[in-house]
Amino acid sequence: MPGLDVFQEANRQLIICNACRYCEGYCPVFRAIETRRDFKKGDVFYLSNLCHDCRACYYACMFTEPHEFAINIPKILSEARIETYERLSWPSFLGRAFKHRGVSVFLAAAAIALVAVLSYVFIPSENLFAVHLGPGAFYEVVPYFAMVAGALILFFYGIAVWLRGGARFWSETRTALRQPGGFKAFAAAAGAALGLRYLKGGGPGCFYPDERPSSARRVYHSLTFWGLTCDFISTTLAFIYQDFLHELPPYALSSAPVIFGEVGGVALIIGTGGLIWLKMRSDPDPAGAGARGMDYMFLITLGLVALTGMVTLALRDTSAMGALLVLHLAFIAALFLTAPYGKFVHAVYRTLALIRYEAEREVGQGHLGH
Amino acid sequence: MPKQYDVVVVGGGNAALCAALAAREIGARVLVLERSPENERGGNTRHTRNIRCTHSAADQFFSGPYSEEEHLQDLIGVTGGPANLDLAKLAVRESSQLPAWMSAHGVHWQQPLAGTLHLGRTNRWFLGGGKAMLNTYYRAAARMGIDVRYNARVEDVIIENNRFEAVRLKNGNGEEIVRGGAVVVAAGGYEANIEWLKRHWGDAADNFIIRGSRYNDGTVLAALLKVGAKSIGDPKGFHAIAVDARAPKFDGGIVTRLDVVPFGIVVNRDARRFYDEGEEIWPKRYAIWGTLIAGQPGQIAYGIVDAKAIDGFLPPMFKPYQADSLEALAPQLGLDPRTFLHTVTEYNRATAGNTELHMERLDGNSTRGIAPPKSNWAMPIDRAPFYGLPLRPGITFTYMGVAVDECARVLDQSGRPFQNVHAAGEIMSGNILTKGYLGGFGLTIGSVFGRVAGREAASNARA
Repeated sequence: MPGLDVFQEANRQLIICNACRYCEGYCPVFRAIETRRDFKKGDVFYLSNLCHDCRACYYACMFTEPHEFAINIPKILSEARIETYERLSWPSFLGRAFKHRGVSVFLAAAAIALVAVLSYVFIPSENLFAVHLGPGAFYEVVPYFAMVAGALILFFYGIAVWLRGGARFWSETRTALRQPGGFKAFAAAAGAALGLRYLKGGGPGCFYPDERPSSARRVYHSLTFWGLTCDFISTTLAFIYQDFLHELPPYALSSAPVIFGEVGGVALIIGTGGLIWLKMRSDPDPAGAGARGMDYMFLITLGLVALTGMVTLALRDTSAMGALLVLHLAFIAALFLTAPYGKFVHAVYRTLALIRYEAEREVGQGHLGH
Repeated sequence: MPKQYDVVVVGGGNAALCAALAAREIGARVLVLERSPENERGGNTRHTRNIRCTHSAADQFFSGPYSEEEHLQDLIGVTGGPANLDLAKLAVRESSQLPAWMSAHGVHWQQPLAGTLHLGRTNRWFLGGGKAMLNTYYRAAARMGIDVRYNARVEDVIIENNRFEAVRLKNGNGEEIVRGGAVVVAAGGYEANIEWLKRHWGDAADNFIIRGSRYNDGTVLAALLKVGAKSIGDPKGFHAIAVDARAPKFDGGIVTRLDVVPFGIVVNRDARRFYDEGEEIWPKRYAIWGTLIAGQPGQIAYGIVDAKAIDGFLPPMFKPYQADSLEALAPQLGLDPRTFLHTVTEYNRATAGNTELHMERLDGNSTRGIAPPKSNWAMPIDRAPFYGLPLRPGITFTYMGVAVDECARVLDQSGRPFQNVHAAGEIMSGNILTKGYLGGFGLTIGSVFGRVAGREAASNARA
């Protein structure tokens, strides 16, 4: 409705949902609605991040436009999510990246440019374009210290901003009746998050990219998530090989770090590519204003990290390796630097929202009778 | 001129789609003519959420068995006896086949919605409600090669020699004749036609709120009556509940209904009570208040509760009027404060001694010494803040329709069937429902007779 901000508009729509309840079978958002009577800022933070954007409720709703009630829950919750991301972000001038694509593009470009400039200044070109073979080949191009220091600084910076946002989310969404969940709530939430239980549209599948339910999005999202996990495992294994087993990379194609890296890389390329493809064909009506740009930005950055990693692996014995490695590191830097200011943060808030939901269930928030 | 279609289905809701799918399943070429735009398709089905079915045992979605006998007794109990007992029995019997058939066409199910557990044994909830179910049927129709046209407003059913020949319709561009081997008319009632309601209710109809589709204006029902179909059911009769007076004129659906009545008192425009608010428990109480309010001056009433009761019922869509004293609440509702205060005081005095409320049953907490009484749940209205909710009659559907036989064929004035003219759904529910309503039974009628009509139409089209 014109004249209402995101939170007022969410409250207006959620009150109507609470009087209807037809969508209760789709997902936890509607069951959480039923234990409330009005929807303040913290409730909207919570519900918007509990929403997985499966869009089942949008196509099932008899009150979508042109109806004067103008209900569009996936859209308003998507917009409320972006608002959550921005408000809980730090520092606030970088939090603007959630709404202003220019800021996040600038961040990514800055990270890439920084890596490129440093490489240009510190790596002699005869070294960059030489063939490097045998243990320590990568470090002949980019020194070990520079690579690790750069990665760790960006990684821990991102984690710190995430944790700060997560802590604020948790306290903002706490209400008098709720208690923190125990281990059971945590385990149930983890199960729901890892299995993407709520991208099933209550059974038939997610209503994405259009009104026909399908499991495509769940499959691509799973590939993306588990691909990223494999790559994380690969990196951790490489760290163990190097610093505990004293074996310097590159590792053999049959080694665990390379196999995890390959599987993860392929999964990420297919996963992010599939999600981009679906998004391009997706129905714009239930999409939040501004969500698309943010989603594309994240998917493209993540996909390029995987793609450059795979190409580096394929050409690591050639003179192209040096430049490809620098490019790969540049995209990783961009991914890490934009992680707290882009779609990546959904992992933090959605997981916390799921834990809160399970905790509420554990406490046994009763339904109103009738 | 060759007929492009065997079966022409007029309407786009549950009964129409059931007919279309059933006809197509046995090979007929089918056209569906829906008069609404695509995004408002489906008539009143969009506002449904469950269907009542006979079944012999509990399963994942039914909490217990529901026999034909019990089902029929429930129907007779609520409606005071169906107009046509044979058709009622047919609906009850055939309803047992519906869940499997619906599942086969892609409908998903869910547990009963919160607060509707009392219907969990007899009724089955489709996931996401009526519009989600319709979307499923329309997808099935597309897969099976059924043609669907929107914005196709059928105005005449053309009968020659007692046989259906064609329909005349208005589309976006003008008039058009569509011929077919048989027709299934599943175009709903006339509750959205205020002028029609005025013939029976006078200007009071201006104050009615129509809960469902604005497209249910009875055009096709009138067309059938014009060519000699026999009508059945009270033309003045409708099913109505109490809805918020601030609801939109049409299509407010479920969210505007108010559950306030048994939690407090209801006064009319003159600030006086007019009926026992504690007479019966849900769902029976639900069904009488629309008609009760339709009989009050200005067709308006006000539900009044206090701070003790406000959280007891489903949160309303529209904010209740609220004040810290009864005197301050009255002007907000446009009521005379002195009469209002007198009414509440008198009521409160009559509740003396009632301390414990049990909403889950008829708790026997009645008023003493006032008329009308409140037979149950009579607690004083004495704790601020006080709340008022304005109520109007919200019409769900009309009873009058066309008479049909067991093949869902429409009867003429002499009681003989038109060979290839069939009807299903709300437009013929008056054959069974004469008054009152049994939750989820409208869809039972639509689905059973939709399927019957589709099958019969497909075979009559070739006869």
